[in-house]
Amino acid sequence: MIQGVQIDLISADRLDNMTTMEKIRLILDDVMEGNIVVLEKGLTPDEQSRLIEITMLEITPDGFSGIEMETYSAKDAGSSGGGLFGRLLGKKGPGTRMTVIGPANQMKTIKKDKDLISAWVSSR
Amino acid sequence: MNLFIRTKKRLSKFLNAFFKKRQSRIGIYGPPNAGKTTLSNRIVRDWTGDALGPVSEIPHETRRARRKEGITISNQNGNTVTIDIVDTPGVTTKIDYQEFIEYGMEKDDAVKRAREATEGVAEAMHWLREDIDGVIYMLDATLDPFTQVNIMLVGIIESRDLPVIIVANKIDLPDASASAIRKAFPQHPVIPVSGLEGNNMEELYEKMLDYFG
Repeated sequence: MIQGVQIDLISADRLDNMTTMEKIRLILDDVMEGNIVVLEKGLTPDEQSRLIEITMLEITPDGFSGIEMETYSAKDAGSSGGGLFGRLLGKKGPGTRMTVIGPANQMKTIKKDKDLISAWVSSR
Repeated sequence: MNLFIRTKKRLSKFLNAFFKKRQSRIGIYGPPNAGKTTLSNRIVRDWTGDALGPVSEIPHETRRARRKEGITISNQNGNTVTIDIVDTPGVTTKIDYQEFIEYGMEKDDAVKRAREATEGVAEAMHWLREDIDGVIYMLDATLDPFTQVNIMLVGIIESRDLPVIIVANKIDLPDASASAIRKAFPQHPVIPVSGLEGNNMEELYEKMLDYFG
């Protein structure tokens, strides 16, 4: 049996076709299996808020203890659906770029710079 | 009373009820152990003589949001604002009961505390989307403000167009740095305070009058 950590890279195209709850379920189901999820396009602030809320409801003693997450902020509001036109179209502020999410008990971010995220991941 | 007057009164009552602005609900948000309850108690005590909740050095002492309604803050110029203060549990993306055992708690108590804390954080996030009109975002000025939770929470607050004041707490401690917090969040006012000692609360109240009035 191969031992290690599975890393799932999810494309922006796939995320664009999903509802907020579908995205959150996809992320949490994956992370709860011990996998690391890398999103090509990050979550909106509203989705991040719901992700925290639902993560809390999934935590169990001696089981899932939550998530560790790192992301790059959007370069500018206009490039990611924010700004005046984005708001007129009902979009809620700038989104985020690439996001790394993993199980809190396995993932520890050791470095986060403007353009570099270094993560240390342990297998169970 | 003729029909015209009765109708006019009913219409007036309906319009008042419909357009009446409820008091602004100001949520005190931030990571665990930033001093949210200490500051909440300070604000409530200064203006009502009451208190809101107990404090402790163990994280997640506040597991359910506590609300104190109808706090009227005023200054010498006669400006006033009446708000409801909501003290929330510390927001985090992970909670492990083992952390509480390290503070000397029994396992059953630690598990119970963790369960209550997860429910409290979920509730606080829900309220942020549905029920909060303004935010005091609390940070421990002795710690690095550049954490994912802080950046994410401030981003969520900004996306909802809520007025936000950032409080750099614990300035009574020698290694506190309000300037590091100003550097992290230059787009928002940062007020350095000590919730414990009551330092610089006047400046915070002036900013609350300005932002939440």
